[in-house]
Order: sequence, then C-alpha cells, then structure tokens
Amino acid sequence: MIRVVLPAHLRTLARVDGEAKVQVEGPVTQRAVLDALEARYPMLRGTIRDQVTQRRRAFVRFFACQEDLSNEPPDTPLPDPVATGAEPFLVVGAMAGG
Amino acid sequence: MSTVRVLVGTRKGAFVVTSDEGRRRWDVTGPHFGGWEIYHLKGSPADPDRLYASQSSGWFGQVIQRSSDGGRTWETVGNKFVYEGEVGTHLWYDGTPRPWEFKRVWHLEPSLTDPDTILAGVEDAALFRSTDGGQTWQELPGLRRHESGRYWQPGAGGMCLHTILLDPSHPGRIFIAISAAGVFRSDDDGQTWRPMNRGLKSPYELPDPDAAVGHCVHRIAMHRSRPGILFMQKHWDVMRSDDAAESWQEVSGNLPTDFGFPIDVHAREPETIYVVPIKSDSEHYPPDGQLRVYRSRTGGQEWEPLTKGLPQRHCYVNVLRDAMAVDALDPCGVYFGTTGGQLYVSADAGDSWAPIVEHLPAVVSVEVQTLP
Repeated sequence: MIRVVLPAHLRTLARVDGEAKVQVEGPVTQRAVLDALEARYPMLRGTIRDQVTQRRRAFVRFFACQEDLSNEPPDTPLPDPVATGAEPFLVVGAMAGG
Repeated sequence: MSTVRVLVGTRKGAFVVTSDEGRRRWDVTGPHFGGWEIYHLKGSPADPDRLYASQSSGWFGQVIQRSSDGGRTWETVGNKFVYEGEVGTHLWYDGTPRPWEFKRVWHLEPSLTDPDTILAGVEDAALFRSTDGGQTWQELPGLRRHESGRYWQPGAGGMCLHTILLDPSHPGRIFIAISAAGVFRSDDDGQTWRPMNRGLKSPYELPDPDAAVGHCVHRIAMHRSRPGILFMQKHWDVMRSDDAAESWQEVSGNLPTDFGFPIDVHAREPETIYVVPIKSDSEHYPPDGQLRVYRSRTGGQEWEPLTKGLPQRHCYVNVLRDAMAVDALDPCGVYFGTTGGQLYVSADAGDSWAPIVEHLPAVVSVEVQTLP
C-alpha cells in the first residue's frame, strides 16, 4: 500500500483520519498515486491537480523522503521507500501568511 | 409557526442560523467547511432543505457541497467547471488579451421549480448549469461567446458573474450581472444574451460613459411579484428599470453617497428597497464611521437612514454585494453581514436592528429561507 499524507483541509474533505492508503498497480509514479487517490476519494478531484490539464495546483507541493518532488515529471517513478510503503508521499499546502 | 433559516457564507466557513418567527433568539451552527472561503450558499425554492454551497480555497480550488437536510449534513458533489469549446480571451486590467480561466463560483441560483437544477455564476465570468443536483456542470456558452466578451475586463474583485435573477413570470428569462461588464438578459433559458445597460453612466470608469458594456454593476434585485422592475447598485449610482432592464434611470436621490454593494427589496412592499451606502470606491467603509442602512419606500429617490441598533461611531466595515437578504414574514425581516463579522437582523423592516452574532469571519454572503 502507498501511504499518502494529506493536508488538514483535504483530510477533512475526504473524511480521512491519519494517512490515506491506496493501492497502485504497475509503476509507482506521482500520476499513478494521484489517480488511485482520486479514484478512492472522488471529492479530492480538482483539489490537488487540475481536472483537465492534470497540472499540480500552484500552491500544492509534493514531498517524499525529504525531497521536493513537486516539479518532477508525473510519470517519473517515486522513490522506492514510497513504493514499498516505508515512507509516505506528502501532499502539502504551500506555506503562506505571516 | 414559521421559522427562519439564515445561510451565512464567510471567509472561513459557513454558518446556519435559525430562529422562530419572533427573530429574537438565534441558534448558530458552524463553521461548516471551516477554513474555506464560502462565497455563497442558497436553498432550493422547490425543496427548502436542499441547499448548495460554494466552497473554495486559494490552495485547493473549488468544491461544491450539497445538503438534503437543511444544512445538518453535507456531501460533496461535482466541481468540474470547464468552459465549452474554444476558450477565447477577454481583456486583462492592463488592456491586454487574456484567456478565460476558471477561478471560483461566486453565486449559486437554484431553479424555482426543480431542486436538482441549479445555475452557477463563476469567475472568469460565465454561467454554468447542473440538472443532476450538482454532480455535473455544463456551461451555457452563449453568454461568454457574446460578441462583447472579448472586451470584458475584471473589476477589482475579479471578473465575476455575481448576480443571477430568475423571472418567475417568464420561464426562460434570466438576468445576470458581471463585474465589470454589466447586465445581460436571456429570454431563451440562457442560450442567447443581450447586454441591458442603456441608461448606465460610468464617467470615472469608462472612456465612453454610456458604453453598451463595461459597467461595474455590483448587484441587481427584483421583487417576485413584479419581475419587470429591477433595482441596481452600480459601482457608483443606484438605478432602477421599469422595463425588464431595457433601460435604467438613476434613483440615488438624497443618499449621502451612491457607492455601495448590496441592494434588496422588501418581501411584501415591492417599492421598498434597501442599500448600504459606502464612502467611495477607494474607501470601502461607511461615511463618517456610521453604519447606516438606507431605505426608500418610493422605489428610490427618497431615502431615509436606518440607524437604530447599528454602530454610529468608529465603524469601518463593508457590506459585500451578496451579504444582504430579506425574509418573507410580516413584518419583513432584513439581514446583512459585514466584513467585520457581524450579522445583523431587523425584524421590523429596518426600523431597528440587533446583532445576531458579532464575531464571525468576514461575511461574504447572506441568504434567508422562511420555512413553514
């Protein structure tokens, strides 16, 4: 299972307590994880990436294994620890405010 | 005994506020969708327990919520708003062409007869419709494709379609208002549209003060019994139309300033209207620090200040365009919310006011349902 940590507002929207867990068939990429996440939690469609262009929303970031993967191509394999479930894939709301 | 349900959208969530017809003791629930901007909530006239809410965030975009039990529980429905076909361009603030880009839903207007049919006015300005309770949305592209569309420009708050009025006596007739394009009317259920801005004058905003489009209309209102008579709060000027928006006449009369955002009509007296004068377009607060609602019982021109119960010193809040509403009781209740988080009610048609709740987040919208 892939572990996904959502920001608080999206956990509330998806009614998820703690981490979301999704199953991915085939290569574990950013696109595959988000596809699986949106299939399991349809209310998240459009909140992380645009529903038509599939581009990441500007104020959303993707972190894993202490790296910022936000600008990686969506079909690049995610780090092995994410694929094995040892580490979570983090969806983060960009810092804003004072 | 009737009850009143007030639906309040704020910058940080939605609140549902209820009372019996005395309108003295209020039960406040919320925040629903805490931390999200709630531009608008509205109930279906055909099924008052069916509510819709526009929930949005700069981080996570647009969500639409639906309730089937009067706001006790909610479920997310569809949030895919895609412009139909060729997107085209409008004008940006600097006058350069800019492609239409969906940002958020400003206003939700349920059908008068079908709880599953609802219109959504969005930024960048366009009109969408759902006929399946909000699960899917289709644009009515005739409006955005109007020949004037490529010249529309945003007002300071964005290029928003903020007002939708359904004419109960002419099925298929819809009035909408866009900041800053003006009023448009469709007589064929949203397929084709005509600009309806004759008589509007905007000498400080437009190079041609009488232009057919481009006016910064802040809000329009109608009384259900006389849908051919419309009232408008423009950027500057309070206006009136007696011919279903074919032409407009200024009725600012003796107002201390004719700048403002909301305008509404008494539920039982179609010539009684309410505005909240604001000092100017660059100073969005009441003149002299006095929060005053102005009422005209003559359909405009002659206005009286309503101050009893409202702060008359050091008050510098604003009242936004969708943040005033009336109930259908007798005497008529009038409600408005402020950017300072106060929600006020008058249970005597404006003669006196009292806060329902005083420390909400900035209020964006107020709607009222009168329930049997």
